[in-house]
Amino acid sequence: MSPPSAKAMVEVSGVTQRFGTTTALSDVSLTIASGEFVTLIGPSGCGKSTLLRLVADLLTPTEGTVHVAGKTARAAREAQDYGIAFQQAGLLEWRTVLRNVELPLELHGVGARERRARAEELLEVVGLADVADKRPSQLSGGMQQRVAIARALAAKPALLLMDEPFGALDEMTRERLQDELLSIRAREGTTVLLVTHSVSEAAYLSDRVVVMSPRPGRIAAVVDVDLPLRATGTPTDVRESPEFFAATTVVREALRAPARVASP
Amino acid sequence: MTRAARQVGAVVAALVVLAVLWETYKALGPANGASLDTTRLLPRTDDRAMPHLWTVLTTLGSPEVSGVAGSRTVGAAVLFGALNSLRLALLGLLLGAVVGGVLALLMQRLRLLEAGLLPWVVLSQTVPIIALAPLVAGWGGVLRVGSWAWSPEASVVVISAFLSFSPIAVGLLRGLHAPGATEQELFASCAASWRQELVHLRLPAAVPFLLPALRLAAAGAVVGAIVAEISTGTRGGIGRLIIEYAQQATSSPARVYAAVLGAAVLGLVAAGLVALLDAAVLRRGRLA
Ligand SMILES: Nc1ncnc2c1ncn2[C@@H]1O[C@H](COP(=O)(O)OP(=O)(O)O)[C@@H](O)[C@H]1O
Ligand SMILES: [Mg+2]
Repeated sequence: MSPPSAKAMVEVSGVTQRFGTTTALSDVSLTIASGEFVTLIGPSGCGKSTLLRLVADLLTPTEGTVHVAGKTARAAREAQDYGIAFQQAGLLEWRTVLRNVELPLELHGVGARERRARAEELLEVVGLADVADKRPSQLSGGMQQRVAIARALAAKPALLLMDEPFGALDEMTRERLQDELLSIRAREGTTVLLVTHSVSEAAYLSDRVVVMSPRPGRIAAVVDVDLPLRATGTPTDVRESPEFFAATTVVREALRAPARVASP
Repeated sequence: MTRAARQVGAVVAALVVLAVLWETYKALGPANGASLDTTRLLPRTDDRAMPHLWTVLTTLGSPEVSGVAGSRTVGAAVLFGALNSLRLALLGLLLGAVVGGVLALLMQRLRLLEAGLLPWVVLSQTVPIIALAPLVAGWGGVLRVGSWAWSPEASVVVISAFLSFSPIAVGLLRGLHAPGATEQELFASCAASWRQELVHLRLPAAVPFLLPALRLAAAGAVVGAIVAEISTGTRGGIGRLIIEYAQQATSSPARVYAAVLGAAVLGLVAAGLVALLDAAVLRRGRLA
């Protein structure tokens, strides 16, 4: 077993995950470099959420090892090296929006003034400063998801984990949040691992798309995405660029014929 | 109209309906009731069996022992008894809440304990208090801690707690289990301790389950206190007063109804106290 390399943010090696008789993941290895944006895509039940939970140390692998930020996944979780957002926002109804964002800091014993300042800053970033004192149920689904993302970023994590965070949103809101996510990521310098089932979302956001296949879950292909217009163009320019179409085509084909693509 | 005003209105309306039914039956029902062989189907309506409501109300002002100067009124006796029973019922509710709360926390913490204990917590409520009361009084009577000896009132409190711990334990446990997978994983991702998860997630999530449980428990505590007073013969409360006045039914038939009225008001006061708590919690939740 090789020691975790210094530059890798996530290092999954030889991981197999079994639930009773189901094998959710079989011998999966994946390395994510610091600063990279990686998406996991694949049909339902191929083990995307399982892989994300293993990285988050919400599951312990049956076989293999997971390292995050140069530590074991467990040590990384305890050090709050990652923040996580799920498909459901999971906001606490008895807390205001602001205090929901403060939660991870509060759990780690950060002083009231400091965590308040950080939460206010993050609500500013996701454009929700004016609803800081509202209850979560008073917000739309898209706004709730933005609060969940702000909360995931509260402890300034080096890694942001997201499990279909925009899955329940309409297309317009989804695209707006994707752009927000890219600008937040640029601003905070966060490494991102995101689960999605949308080909265009994967191609639009990622530096690399990891395509998975089911029964048992394994990595079928890894697609590098290079969209030069990201640096210079508007979101619409990127979404209408030939490079974007090319990337979605490659990902779609890898999804259709996972068996023919050799595992890297 | 606010929720509180609606509830008070409903209680008043129920009392009025009850009063009207009482007087209507008294006016129209057969004086000697109706029986089939020896089985009585309809109660008698004469003044001894069913005094007029105003007789019941005026008897509250009459002296308890007639002809003795300075004797307290029936109303004062009823009020005093009801307050005493309320005190015991609230102590019982407090004890029941503590016991039920600790049980719920233990069951939430240890799955195995939940499987083993929960059925007994639910089953405990099928034990008739009439059977339980002499046992508690008998066992308790043996207890003596320093200068404190078991009193009959302690039996009443324990029996009252016995009827209130179960709704609290079951309701709180359901509430503690209420948070979904997303919320639990969120706390795990923040490496939250069990205590942090309890304070910041499970207990706040349990509040909406706890309030109805408290309402049930308060009703149980009041019924428990009154029945326990009757079956252990504890003096000073409304339960004992009902028995005493029932024995005077031939000379002053209205008295027992005055005592029953006191017991009913006692129940309403207990329900009102829980409603106040309910409102306070809701208001705090909205401001926090
Ligand atoms: N906690 C669990 N217990 C049992 N089986 C599970 C559990 N979590 C996931 N699985 C199974 O593992 C497989 C992969 O699940 P998942 O990672 O959720 O897939 P995806 O997120 O790609 O849709 C599925 O067959 C699922 O039923
Ligand atoms: Mg999933």
